[in-house]
Amino acid sequence: MRSLRSCIACACIAGGLVLAGCATRTDLARAPAMPLHALRREDTLWLERASFGIDSASVESYQLSGRERFLDRQLHPGEAVLPAPIAAEIAALEVSHADPVKWLADVNAQYKQINLMPDGTDKETARKALNDRGNKLAYEAIRRDLLRAVYSPAQLQEQMVWFWLNHFSVFQYKANLRWLVGDYEERAIRPHVFGHFKDLVMATLQHPAMLQYLDNNQNAAGHINENYARELLELHTLGVGGGYSQQDVQELARVLTGVGINVGDQPKLKPEMQRLYVRSGAFEFNPARHDFGAKTLLGQAITGRGFGEVEAAVSLIVSQPACARFVSRELAIYFVADNPPAALVERMAQTFMRTDGDIGAVLHTLFMSREFDAALGTKFKDPTRYIVSAIRFAYDGRPISNTRPVLNWLNGLGEAPYGRQTPDGYPLTEPGWASSGQMSRRFEIARAIGAGNAGLFNPEDGAAASVAGFPQLSNRLYFEAVEPFLAARTKDALNRANSQQEWNTFLLSSPEFSYE
Amino acid sequence: MNELHINRRRLLQLGSAALLGAGIPGRLFAAPAGGARFLLVFLRGGYDSTNFLIPYSSSLYYEARPNLAIAKPDPVSNTGALALDSDWALAPAVRESIGPMYLQRQVAFVPFAGTEDLSRSHFETQDSIELGQPMTGARNYRSGFLGRLSEVLTGPAHLNSSIAFTDALPLSFQGAATVPNLSLKNVGKPPFDERQARILSDMYAGHHLDAAVSNGLELRQEVAQEMAEEMNAANRNAITTKGFELEAERMGRLMRDKYRIGFIDIGGWDTHVGEGAASGPLASNLASLGRGLQVFSSTLGSEWNNTVVVVLSEFGRTFRENGNRGTDHGHGTVYWVLGGSISGGAIVGEQRRVLQNTLFQDRDYPVLNDYRSVLGGLFRTLWSLSPDQSSRIFAQSSLVDLKLI
Repeated sequence: MRSLRSCIACACIAGGLVLAGCATRTDLARAPAMPLHALRREDTLWLERASFGIDSASVESYQLSGRERFLDRQLHPGEAVLPAPIAAEIAALEVSHADPVKWLADVNAQYKQINLMPDGTDKETARKALNDRGNKLAYEAIRRDLLRAVYSPAQLQEQMVWFWLNHFSVFQYKANLRWLVGDYEERAIRPHVFGHFKDLVMATLQHPAMLQYLDNNQNAAGHINENYARELLELHTLGVGGGYSQQDVQELARVLTGVGINVGDQPKLKPEMQRLYVRSGAFEFNPARHDFGAKTLLGQAITGRGFGEVEAAVSLIVSQPACARFVSRELAIYFVADNPPAALVERMAQTFMRTDGDIGAVLHTLFMSREFDAALGTKFKDPTRYIVSAIRFAYDGRPISNTRPVLNWLNGLGEAPYGRQTPDGYPLTEPGWASSGQMSRRFEIARAIGAGNAGLFNPEDGAAASVAGFPQLSNRLYFEAVEPFLAARTKDALNRANSQQEWNTFLLSSPEFSYE
Repeated sequence: MNELHINRRRLLQLGSAALLGAGIPGRLFAAPAGGARFLLVFLRGGYDSTNFLIPYSSSLYYEARPNLAIAKPDPVSNTGALALDSDWALAPAVRESIGPMYLQRQVAFVPFAGTEDLSRSHFETQDSIELGQPMTGARNYRSGFLGRLSEVLTGPAHLNSSIAFTDALPLSFQGAATVPNLSLKNVGKPPFDERQARILSDMYAGHHLDAAVSNGLELRQEVAQEMAEEMNAANRNAITTKGFELEAERMGRLMRDKYRIGFIDIGGWDTHVGEGAASGPLASNLASLGRGLQVFSSTLGSEWNNTVVVVLSEFGRTFRENGNRGTDHGHGTVYWVLGGSISGGAIVGEQRRVLQNTLFQDRDYPVLNDYRSVLGGLFRTLWSLSPDQSSRIFAQSSLVDLKLI
């Protein structure tokens, strides 16, 4: 099979007739007339890491603008322009227009009504119909996430959406969260991914998804529920060992009393309570449920005054050096290394503290650091990064119509969006994803993508596929950005391939493709 | 060596060759020290243990469940609930499967078992059990008790010896990165032929993922071989098993031949509505589970004598039926312990009479037998663990010895 590679390259240039995958390749047409300078290994790897994986468009953009300008644009993406077919797919989703928070009252009422129905087929049918609708909305939110991850030119923004959704993780199967996860991403997470960390905390704190997931909607004076207060300190801001005590958890829980959800009428309140009442969408601060006693949090006195306490407490927490370090370290684990260099984390934390928690500035420190360059090629891709990068590389901008297979793969590898039961989010490090079962399943996914029979192009409505065929991975992108840096063992494996599909499978299974 | 000694003693006690079945006793006694097998079966959803192990001497049971109560055992009948003693009876659905095993002393039940977690939330309680950590103090979500058990037992005899028969690695096994997982529900032919598997492995030669890659590919090949055995067996006697029985048979083969610690979860136990009684959805689930465990034990052959299975669930259900002919989330439940050489045929652990004033919060079974104490006690005896080893698995837990092993 020694000559297979060059043959395939010929076939591709000769046109898309021989290999179906070639027919869809547009990069040859899109490529600039003048060849750009070849990419250095560190550029390819840098770009691979700062995105969900290279494709022709991102390589070209990087080559044209250079690293610093490329990063600057990624950190200030504005309104990202998606390819027209993808934008149309997203626009057609109900979740893109719906305001499920507005319907919550209605949904809750319907569930209540169903529970009162006599047992029997009617009841089961009604229950199933309502569940199906919630499931559909949650799936649409996932579909939108995945399409954006694969096709958005604002790749770093999409990675950060994933990162913060994971950091402030919620589980779609708790309570009625499946109705809410799309809104949670769109309104609580996405607007703040490069903004000030405090805004992100406040946005998640006031979202009905988080309030239900960590039970703060049940936290009231005299009926304390510490769940959210604990995780807010432990998982969202300060981290284990971040210098807070059980006493701080209890005090924060008291601060958070009355922070909850209301989808019905405003409660009847005494006049002096009226002015302290806060309502925004389904979020409610109900002073009648609040503990107005004095509190001491992290050594600071907080006077009882209503929702202002919550804002003061969050400001206090996010201004702790421990918070700057914890958040910086999490970012460095995701983008740099499983054990990120302490010096880098410290510089990021300094940026965090200097800029009042400006996430974009912290990321700038990270991506322009020596430590980042030194760690290139050593970070094991988690399942989302692996799958999305494989689709980006294999189909290079060609719009997929079906995201079900992608979700199935993520389920199979244990990293489904909104599927983490526990509030800690998915692991960001290699040991969580490199078990033997995971590796062999990864290879199966590589084969499904490489052989082109995964169903990514079958319309989700069940209509017949318009195009079939396997992708052409030995393409210009491969020869420019991948082939020069492959290890001998990987080249050897590729040379032993009996078919293009097999060649694709081996390339996507290689260590070089598993790490970034 | 303790367990082997007991095996022998048990055999002498019973004076019966039946227990040996077609097994080869030599193999049993030649088993390596620490070679015990353990399977955890997690019933997700909170199974209604009250309609599994029926407290038939309690009049409250019949008052509390006008639609769901299962009729008292009839001593002359060969159907219906099977009386295990003067208080407890086994659900009719498992009479034919678990019943005989109980009479052979291969099954014991631990009523009033569970956790002190009172959230009554499925996922929080499942998580807290799978993590197996003390309720107070910071949680480590990356460390499950089977993961810690696997680490404690790491050594030549236990290398690559844990497996989860699930689509994703369960929380129970978190922390032990080398544990493979593979659901046996729908096993297709292996995705790669030998040549392809070799090429894939070769790419990782010398890489630190070398072992993970080759083990993962091997496991799929192995399962495929086991499946070939299944096909042959099916062709011979033309009985095809399906559902959990089929999975159990596959698990049995893999655990007989290679793995020592296994995990499987089964869903569908959250019976808020239309639960059924002697027959119905719960009974069907129980029947399938019972037959599966029977198949599992027979597939293991003589190794069944070296094996312990624990069946548990996150919580029990309300003692009283609800308005939808179902039951809601409760607290205490009934754990099952099975094994070829356990001293079963008994209802064990701390117990109370089932009366209104012994119910927890006037609604549920209380928890008198903490899951960590029960499991930790079993592990200690099964593998002769030191106090230090035991406390690495279940920190700050006082172990109980149910005298089953």
